[in-house]
Amino acid sequence: MLQVKGAQASPDREEAVLLQGNEACVEGALAAGLDFFAGYPITPSSEIAELLAARLPRRGGKFIQMEDEIASIAAVIGAALGGAQAMTATSGPGFSLKQENIGFAAMAEVPCVIVDSQRVGPSTGMPTSPAQGDLMQARWGSHGDRPVVAYYPASVAETYRLAIRAFATAERLRLPVILLLDEVISHMRERVTLKPPAENELPKRRQIQAATAAGALNDYPVYRADAEEQVPFLPDFGRGYRFHVTGLTHDEKGFPTENRVIAGALHQRLVEKVRKVQDELAQAEVTGADPAETLVVAAGGVARSAQVAVEDLRRAGYSIALFRPITIWPFPEKAWQSRVAAARRVVVVEMNMGQLYYVVDRLTKRAPVELCNQVNGELITPEQIVSFIKG
Amino acid sequence: MSDITKYLRKQRLPHILCPGCGHGIVMNALLRAIDRAGLDQDKTAVVSGIGCSGRIPAYLDFNTLHTTHGRALAYATGLKLYRPDLTVIVLMGDGDASAIGGNHLIHAARRNIDLVAVVMNNSNYGMTSGQYSPLTPTARITTTSPYGNIEQPFDLAQLVQAAGASYVARSTTYHVQSLITYLEKAIKKKGFAFVEAVAQCPTYFGRKNKLGAGAEMLERFKTLAVDVKRAATLSPEERKGKIVIGEFADRAVPEYTERYGELIARLKAKDAHAVAGE
Ligand SMILES: Cc1ncc(C[n+]2csc(CCOP(=O)(O)OP(=O)(O)O)c2C)c(N)n1
Ligand code: SF4
Repeated sequence: MLQVKGAQASPDREEAVLLQGNEACVEGALAAGLDFFAGYPITPSSEIAELLAARLPRRGGKFIQMEDEIASIAAVIGAALGGAQAMTATSGPGFSLKQENIGFAAMAEVPCVIVDSQRVGPSTGMPTSPAQGDLMQARWGSHGDRPVVAYYPASVAETYRLAIRAFATAERLRLPVILLLDEVISHMRERVTLKPPAENELPKRRQIQAATAAGALNDYPVYRADAEEQVPFLPDFGRGYRFHVTGLTHDEKGFPTENRVIAGALHQRLVEKVRKVQDELAQAEVTGADPAETLVVAAGGVARSAQVAVEDLRRAGYSIALFRPITIWPFPEKAWQSRVAAARRVVVVEMNMGQLYYVVDRLTKRAPVELCNQVNGELITPEQIVSFIKG
Repeated sequence: MSDITKYLRKQRLPHILCPGCGHGIVMNALLRAIDRAGLDQDKTAVVSGIGCSGRIPAYLDFNTLHTTHGRALAYATGLKLYRPDLTVIVLMGDGDASAIGGNHLIHAARRNIDLVAVVMNNSNYGMTSGQYSPLTPTARITTTSPYGNIEQPFDLAQLVQAAGASYVARSTTYHVQSLITYLEKAIKKKGFAFVEAVAQCPTYFGRKNKLGAGAEMLERFKTLAVDVKRAATLSPEERKGKIVIGEFADRAVPEYTERYGELIARLKAKDAHAVAGE
């Protein structure tokens, strides 16, 4: 089992430590106030469960290894309704199993975080090798149109920051937030600066105003959304407000309805609450020439190779830049549009059969979009990218 | 008798259950048991899966949660572990609890987590219009066993008992008094407390098998029921087709959330000791 020596989830002052990606994910989650974890072991995510089994009870939090991934996400949602900052972690096969209940969390507006450390698929694939095949699963994995926010770090330090942000966004928008990791990020060791709580953007749960008479909540519209943000303020279970939660299409009181107007408004709002803030949520990092003739798009672990390739090519005189989505869903469209206008060529580098390519191609009207990909269990190297671009 | 309508969300009525459905009797018995146990409505959560049975919590004035098909116990496990201060009651259909959710049932019983698990066994999938379930008796006709069911049913009470639950009982919607008693005991019991309520689904199971309306199906439960003690004296041949009712287990087994609380306390003491010794 892994041990994090000297690392505190919330140190008094900044502290630089050497961590693995999975460890950084744990540190970020704990810094965000994680106090419930349910999971089922699967490579390459298992260290997250192992560390939390050791860490959570020491802080008065709860850890449970459930009988499978479906039970894990279900337990997470149950705990979150009781007030927990809750998380589960898995890899592709387990992520597939969780999808129905991720949809439940989206429908019932229950904040929680799901970590998916990707490996090669489909099926059992290559359990210890990297791939990026779950991008579309993160976006569309559940039936129906669930809203989604998914973050995709490219370094261990960013994993720490985005784990914290995942909780903040989950609470703010009351939805399940996905943290996508690459196997290489999960298992790579890098320097991370852990921050004291005041310097982190910590999650705040939207809670109903205590002024609402307890008991009278029976008829209170707990699912009525805030006009500004389109997000409701549900109380936690067992705090004096009694209400109903269901995965059925429901009215503002949380009760099932078949009323077409109410149903239409709910399904619209669930997606709208993310769309409204998508430009703020959807972040990207662009490095290199500005404007650039060639735009390379890469996210997660493979963006590290792309970064090196872009630097090499710049030195060789290329007008080239790397566009790296940090928020993979919603895709940072605005940032993309502002850079793609000047591009004559777009190259998407990814370790799947063209999932990011599909999105980028749709958003790129004038320049041709090419795919530089590989799914063989090996990280795409900078050299491969350089020779692809040189052609 | 005290007024149990205070536990109902009256503005949600009438309910969607068919006339003569046994689920209503189980709901009534549950509310009486809750009343006898003196539960605080604010500190009680009722969690259900998907099915006709799953619709019941919406009518009840507690913290109510209607989850996904088969997963009610897993949701309830998370809620109870995080909030041991709540009494968590889980309502499931037979398909919910024994087919899609069978694994969660085994493991909740094995952990012996302090939940009240109620299975409303109407021998078929009511909500989806009467297919066979793992509790449908052999030879019975359902919409997916049109030539008679060739599978053998589970005995959930034995399964849950073997898995390690604190309390296991079975009654029927005919034997309402014992059903109330078992539910009350289940609520008061520390640990995983399981009550199977054999109930009628006149709309599908009753009609397909020509068992009559609700009242006739209740009469059948009366004739078929044998107490667990008497059942032990019967030969397998004599027991065939009977509904064995009564208490199967009532024992002291370490409870999961208490053990977790002890673990936290032990680690806190150890860490405090380590700091003091620095
Ligand atoms: C994952 C999933 N599979 C199937 C269904 C369809 N479905 C809804 S209720 C149900 C069975 C209900 O039977 P039971 O659990 O015995 O409850 P009852 O309706 O008889 O009370 C099924 C199969 C579903 N909602 N979700
Ligand atoms: S279908 Fe059967 S179980 Fe469902 S409400 Fe009607 S009688 Fe009850």
